[in-house]
Amino acid sequence: MVWVNAIVQGILLGGLYALFACGLSLMFGVMRVVNLAHGDFAVLAAYLALAIITGLHVPVLWSALVVAPLFGMVGYLVQRFIIQRSLDVSPLTTLLVTFGLSIVIQNGLLEGLSANSQSLPSGSLASASFQVNNQLSIGYESVIVFAVAVVVLVCLQLFLSRARLGREVRAAADDQEAATIVGVNVRHVYGVTAAIAFATVALAGVAFGMYSSFNPAAGPQRLIFAFEAVVIGGVGSLWGTLAGGIILGLAQVLGSQVDASFGVLAGHLVFLMVLALRPSGLIPARLS
Amino acid sequence: MIGANGAGKSTLLRTVAGLHRPVAGTIQLDGSDITHLPAHRRVAAGIVMVPEGRRLFPSLSLEENLKLGSTRSRSGAWDLDRVYQLFPWMAERRGGPTVHLSGGEQQAVAIGRALMANPRILLLDELSLGLAPAVVQRLYDMLPALLATGMSILLVEQDVTQALRVSDWAHCLLEGRIMLSGRPRDLALTEVEAAYFGLSKRAVGGGG
Repeated sequence: MVWVNAIVQGILLGGLYALFACGLSLMFGVMRVVNLAHGDFAVLAAYLALAIITGLHVPVLWSALVVAPLFGMVGYLVQRFIIQRSLDVSPLTTLLVTFGLSIVIQNGLLEGLSANSQSLPSGSLASASFQVNNQLSIGYESVIVFAVAVVVLVCLQLFLSRARLGREVRAAADDQEAATIVGVNVRHVYGVTAAIAFATVALAGVAFGMYSSFNPAAGPQRLIFAFEAVVIGGVGSLWGTLAGGIILGLAQVLGSQVDASFGVLAGHLVFLMVLALRPSGLIPARLS
Repeated sequence: MIGANGAGKSTLLRTVAGLHRPVAGTIQLDGSDITHLPAHRRVAAGIVMVPEGRRLFPSLSLEENLKLGSTRSRSGAWDLDRVYQLFPWMAERRGGPTVHLSGGEQQAVAIGRALMANPRILLLDELSLGLAPAVVQRLYDMLPALLATGMSILLVEQDVTQALRVSDWAHCLLEGRIMLSGRPRDLALTEVEAAYFGLSKRAVGGGG
């Protein structure tokens, strides 16, 4: 029963990783941007949520409803006014710019809010759980996060496959110049893509903040998990990202079942195995 | 617009479409200056290009490719039904990908995609590139019907005979400059040849 419990926890944790990774996958799939500040934006979102929770005395879920759209707007502006400029120069410049953003966010948070670890108070939600039987109980919190992840991925997939703007996103991902000459405003489409990515990373950041404590330097460590989920699943594929997140989550939770310190390493080992045996990931790209 | 390889034909077309910024001079449409209008807004102004090499979107279905053409459509007669009337085979394969289509079929989709925007000026870049002569013939036979709907076509082509056959007015480009202009029926073959290859009139025996 210990193992069943570990598997359930692993899958649920995988939902969080997928939610966290889908923005990274989307920005790479559409704009070929590797956002090295992805993890730092998640941490920034967690701090913002903390400010809203303590300032306005609202529950953590309400704070997510404010932080996600706000980050969507931030994402649009960051793309249009910072990343786009670097895209016009070269891919290497883009990498340097997002690396720079990462450093600025980390040091800005450190300067303004100290290096102390924080966590988001999720109140009664933190301890509430279904009691499946004597040995197995599942926390509401992780189920909600998993459900949000799945809903976000399904909505994103529907948006890309059905919506007019989603079609423009796919076209711009295929061939930027061809999209321009059929009348697509590619820069706007890139901005929208970044807005979606940032909104999802904000949700993931809030969820991370409920799961574990965070500090200004926590971003890069988390970025690794997002990278691993994306690569395991297959770059540019949303369902691949979900699968990748779940596999990573399972590896970590099962690994820590073997030895408490082995969890994160087990995730890295699975990642390396996929990279060695199936470099294109489990579900190869559909987006790009 | 005819001319040899590297004469600047495609560059000219891409500049008109807004993909290149002209180094000097202006681009005017009906007397209004569109030199600084971004490419995607030129589509709304009625300038639509069928690019060299078709450039269809591989992750989109045939119909999605066509629909994308109406992103900034002007009002007009062209819509999905009308395109399917022009190319009846497309309706049956509307849901499928375009990568499995033949070169000629892909070119037809690219033309259909451009028509969906209801262009005033259709820019056609190297329509014949990489296609079998019979297929090229069929595509060219379609052009008079398009012109009859009131749109203008700016055609860039290396295949001189084909281009002169369908056009009302021809320009021959050499190293970025127009060497010769006129109605195709007024142009002598030797004259065209001289302009095309950059031979001086004396060198071809004062022909034309």
